[in-house]
Amino acid sequence: MNPVVTSDPELARALLNGEAGAFDAFVSAYRGKLFNYTFLMCGQREDAEEVAQETLLKVFESFDQLREPDRLKSWVFRIAKNFCLMKRRKSVFAPEVELSLDELKPARADGDAIAIDIADWSALPEHAAANAELREVLAAAVRDLPEMYRSVFLLRDVEELSTEETAQILDVSLDVIKTRLHRARLALRQKLDQHLRTSKGVYAG
Amino acid sequence: MSPEECRTVFEMLSEYIDGDLPADVCEHINQHIAGCAPCVQFVESLRKSVSAFRDFRPQENPAPLTDEAKAELARAYAAMLARRQSATPAR
Ligand SMILES: [Zn+2]
Repeated sequence: MNPVVTSDPELARALLNGEAGAFDAFVSAYRGKLFNYTFLMCGQREDAEEVAQETLLKVFESFDQLREPDRLKSWVFRIAKNFCLMKRRKSVFAPEVELSLDELKPARADGDAIAIDIADWSALPEHAAANAELREVLAAAVRDLPEMYRSVFLLRDVEELSTEETAQILDVSLDVIKTRLHRARLALRQKLDQHLRTSKGVYAG
Repeated sequence: MSPEECRTVFEMLSEYIDGDLPADVCEHINQHIAGCAPCVQFVESLRKSVSAFRDFRPQENPAPLTDEAKAELARAYAAMLARRQSATPAR
């Protein structure tokens, strides 16, 4: 009797029609995802759980206002982003810092006009996120990203939303999303590069 | 290889690795990279980094949904469905 829900548009339709199981399916599909996003945006577990609950509540209250079932995910994340912003106003946040490309580009190796100064990336295991020490490095790098870059990185690379969907969620242009994503990735790459220099060879083999 | 060209390539690398560039621009970058060892190294490191961070999820999971919080959601859902049902036949 539970609907076999395989996609977001189906899930959206099942919810709107009040089908049995749709409520639980939605909560289990989205609560973890939302917490992941809100935790990395708010930084505090308590805030993140509160924002995730506020988001789910708003989603259920106003589900009949979702115009396009295909856009379920970006609609939900837009609500989450707005609650994150409200939460932010209540606390003290660091001012937004722009990441400059000049600080993210590779440095030239000493005394060399061509070669760049770069870590040995072959030392990075294929499934880096499965390694406990590396996971900590990745987490710290994500936390250190200025918020406007962190948000774009989480929506584009972690949640795999499109540039268009991310632009809708964050109310900025496609070009801004592309610029921020590139800088976010470069900043994360730089952190990982620094780590690989200090832990040379630890993960090899 | 000129540093200016490396810089132009550097600015487009995310779109390049995502396959989001127009074919001619992509081809231009391919040609540059084919003759530029530093750019090869850098693109490879960026690819690896993007893939490592894509897989990343924080260790923390939310606390299990309490009965109270779940009931709050269920009430909101039921109210939305009721409102929708009473609105539909009127049209
Ligand atoms: Zn180059």
